[in-house]
Amino acid sequence: MAVIKIKENYCKGCLLCIPVCHHSSLVVSENLNDQGLHPVRFKEDGKCDGCKKCAVMCPDVAIEIYN
Amino acid sequence: MQAICEKPESFIDTPTHFCPGCGHGIVLRLIAEIIDAWGIRDKTIGLAPVGCSVLAYNYLDIDMCEAAHGRPPAVATGIKRVHPDHFVFAYQGDGDLAAIGMAEIIHAANRGEHITFIFVNNAIYGMTNGQMAPTTLVGQKSATTLSGRNPSNDGYPIRVCELLSVLEGSSYIERVSISSPENIRKTKKAIEKGFKTQKEKRGFSLIEILSPCPIYWRMDAIESMKYIDEKMTRTFPLGIIKDWE
Amino acid sequence: MKQLLTGNEAAAEAAIYAGCRYYYGYPITPQNELINYMSVRMPQVKGTFIQAESEIAAINMVYGSAAAGGRTMTSSSSPGISLKQEGISYLAGSELPCVIVNIQRGGPGLGDISASQADYFQSVKGGGHGDYRVIVLAPSSVQEMADLVYDAFDLADKYRNPVLILGDAQIGQLMEPVEFKKEFRENLPQKEWALTGAKNRNRKIIKSFYPVKGELEVFNAKLQNKYKEIEKNEVRYEAVNIHKADVILVAYGTSARICKEVVRKSHQFKFRIGLIRPISLWPFPSEFIREMSERARCMLTVEMSAGQMLEDVRLAVEGRCPVHFYGRTGGGVPTSLEIIKKIVEIMPKNRAAKTLLQFAEVK
Repeated sequence: MAVIKIKENYCKGCLLCIPVCHHSSLVVSENLNDQGLHPVRFKEDGKCDGCKKCAVMCPDVAIEIYN
Repeated sequence: MQAICEKPESFIDTPTHFCPGCGHGIVLRLIAEIIDAWGIRDKTIGLAPVGCSVLAYNYLDIDMCEAAHGRPPAVATGIKRVHPDHFVFAYQGDGDLAAIGMAEIIHAANRGEHITFIFVNNAIYGMTNGQMAPTTLVGQKSATTLSGRNPSNDGYPIRVCELLSVLEGSSYIERVSISSPENIRKTKKAIEKGFKTQKEKRGFSLIEILSPCPIYWRMDAIESMKYIDEKMTRTFPLGIIKDWE
Repeated sequence: MKQLLTGNEAAAEAAIYAGCRYYYGYPITPQNELINYMSVRMPQVKGTFIQAESEIAAINMVYGSAAAGGRTMTSSSSPGISLKQEGISYLAGSELPCVIVNIQRGGPGLGDISASQADYFQSVKGGGHGDYRVIVLAPSSVQEMADLVYDAFDLADKYRNPVLILGDAQIGQLMEPVEFKKEFRENLPQKEWALTGAKNRNRKIIKSFYPVKGELEVFNAKLQNKYKEIEKNEVRYEAVNIHKADVILVAYGTSARICKEVVRKSHQFKFRIGLIRPISLWPFPSEFIREMSERARCMLTVEMSAGQMLEDVRLAVEGRCPVHFYGRTGGGVPTSLEIIKKIVEIMPKNRAAKTLLQFAEVK
């Protein structure tokens, strides 16, 4: 299973990645980042098959995916 | 752990200045991915316009040139004539390309310049806080069309792809959108084809990319992608308008 | 070997000699001979010639080729130069070298197509926005046009700054013998600051945008220092009959040619008439004019305008002697007789009285 790493201070909380994940593994974080925005975060029990749709969708190059 | 998706090398490692949900970040990243995949960092020169993407050169690790508002097609022509074997691309918004720069883009197409034009159409003037653009939809509200664009005073949205397709010098023109991962992948293919057109010296290529401006459309990012799918594509149909293949 | 060419053609050929291989222009009278000549000559030396869609497009193509490291030129005439002002400001603000030729015509607006010198303010005071300067060189003969256009490319590269050649319809269109004595340049060295593709080096950006607070002020200081260097090193002028001159004419270009005729006729007078002919209008020969103003009785600026260089002469003189003006506007060209009448009018009465009658018989 793949692992998603969100660069929290690059994410602007636009939330475009959330609906594209067919496992609904991305949610809004309660924390605020350096920009004063709520970034997204990968759910603790989230699933990822490395489809990359979230990274493709992201306008801030804030999502990295690892095996 | 092996990375299966990370920041392209040609994309400079920095948070961007764009608004949340703005399409520029996606398109610039695609350009960086293509530069990496083709290994052409050392022979690509890009043009940055005036508008929200004026700082495009802060994100792409290649030689880049600023241009006055609307003039990238002329500046790019000047650069390409000095370096005919380099990849030269111009990145422009709707005001830059279709308002003040209309003469320049038409004549660059007419001369069949071997340059790839990336036209980001978000139907609004973002940088100057939300005025009407040449591509603003009929009825769309903006800072200078508070009650919605009215053709009798404000004219109609301009379909740049169709307009330029009439010119014999234009070779490859396609309209795409970045409203979903599938559409983003198609956009990347279209930009690659634009670079291929240039590489094979087949003339002028332009890729019009329907892109969101959530702030001045007064929507959130997800709604703005829906607006593209449901409203913008009715005025600006997606697809290949002209091809050399 | 001397050739008989128009000033416009001489400018084009001189550019080719100087290694210019990228010319972008738009037709406008009275510089059409230049663009026409270039359309034939540029392909002969494997250069690029484009008749652009407008003067605006042309100056922006110049911007591109300059950014890419090429020697590049555009030419136009007064209204077309007005169109180029934004581009010139950008070129100066991006520190790009290039040569712009203005063959002045009557204005304002559409005006007419004959000679004028009413673009002095536009050229020297910066017709575009911002604190910038372009080097301005004013030829007064076809040979000088060739020499100055050639030098312009070297100056532009030396300082990374645009250089403007200020001609007029007469100098552009008259034909005189001209010789291209300077080296025919080819394969010029690459410029280390230019955009050439980031091979084995960090990438470069050519821009004039400094949005981070404080940076633009630093950049402007850098430009001002550059301009001070230019003012120190690049002043050019010609002085004719200047030793112990009572009246000093100050004129450039076509007006200077006519003033030279006045100087030639001046042996008839009891007072000496001299001429200072600025060749560089920016940097202006202020120091020399100031020096001479301490010894002359008065100065007379002669221009084909309502009085533009006049202001710079007055600034240089700073009240040391009276500075008078004689001008013709709207395509009018002063004659030597008119200038002499003006001199006689402004000179103190006890010197002029006898002279007037004497001269009246001379045709």
